[in-house]
Amino acid sequence: MSPRIGVITFPGSLDDRDAQRAIRIAGAEAVALWHQDHDLQGVDAIVLPGGFSYGDYLRAGAIASHAPIMAEVVDAANRGVPVLGICNGFQMLAEARLIEGAHTRNEHQQFIRRDQKLSVETTATAWTSGFEAGQEITIPLKNADGRFVAAQEVIDRLEGEGQVVFRYVEVNPNGSMNDIAGVSNARGNVVGLMPHPEHAVEPGFGPDTRAAMKSGTDGLVFFTSVIEGLLARAR
Amino acid sequence: MPTIVVEVMPKAEILDPQGKAVLGALGRLGKTGYSGVRIGKRFELTVDGEVTDAVLAEVRELADDMLANTVIEDVVSIEVQP
Repeated sequence: MSPRIGVITFPGSLDDRDAQRAIRIAGAEAVALWHQDHDLQGVDAIVLPGGFSYGDYLRAGAIASHAPIMAEVVDAANRGVPVLGICNGFQMLAEARLIEGAHTRNEHQQFIRRDQKLSVETTATAWTSGFEAGQEITIPLKNADGRFVAAQEVIDRLEGEGQVVFRYVEVNPNGSMNDIAGVSNARGNVVGLMPHPEHAVEPGFGPDTRAAMKSGTDGLVFFTSVIEGLLARAR
Repeated sequence: MPTIVVEVMPKAEILDPQGKAVLGALGRLGKTGYSGVRIGKRFELTVDGEVTDAVLAEVRELADDMLANTVIEDVVSIEVQP
């Protein structure tokens, strides 16, 4: 049986369908979940997708983090269920305090979209186990409120405990502290990042690579990593 | 109906790019007598009925849990307007 991975749709989610598609391409069953339900339908892992939930009103991800289904997401995360927050989903994870830190407006005040090079800082998470430590990958980035910030002692602890999962390479696109692009919780089952792995899973639709235009599929490894972990646990 | 006013500001150590942009605009207008601008938020909660201690306590909790993200913002004042 292939694992079942849920993608929660909130009002204003944009990339929920892309995330579902990425999950299917990686070999799992994608399960559509709804923000107003108190039901995770028994999924094995959860993706909080990108977009502009509730129009980014109040703060990006703030209102969504109080949605009914988030009570179940928090419980599941605390039980060790893998959770991936992409962009707006990363902001929700921060607002729900499932990961430390917060997001503010990009330092340069502009919305930015670029194919972003990242280094994989740790493979000890549910969503990065299939990468090599230090591997450089390129996936699309698109955000307005992407500047990751936290108190200096929190940054130091995240760095010290290996909870910085991705770092921006060459360009820091939003002014994030320590070039941090993604972080995890202490257990490594919850990962959030600003760039979008689900947009780099199929040749013809990903970032350009040296080999060919739009051929980048580095994002696929996020999903195959979690699938392999779930299958290994089931054996 | 009474109103509870909650004011939230970005923490001092957090860069406020919006404030910085406004400061830049002031300079371009020739208003050079200002060394900083910070932009916060003001919430006006219209209360059904009386503002009791319980209502105020609830708003204090809401301010910390939802209206502000205390990682990056401070609740600087909660005031009742009749």
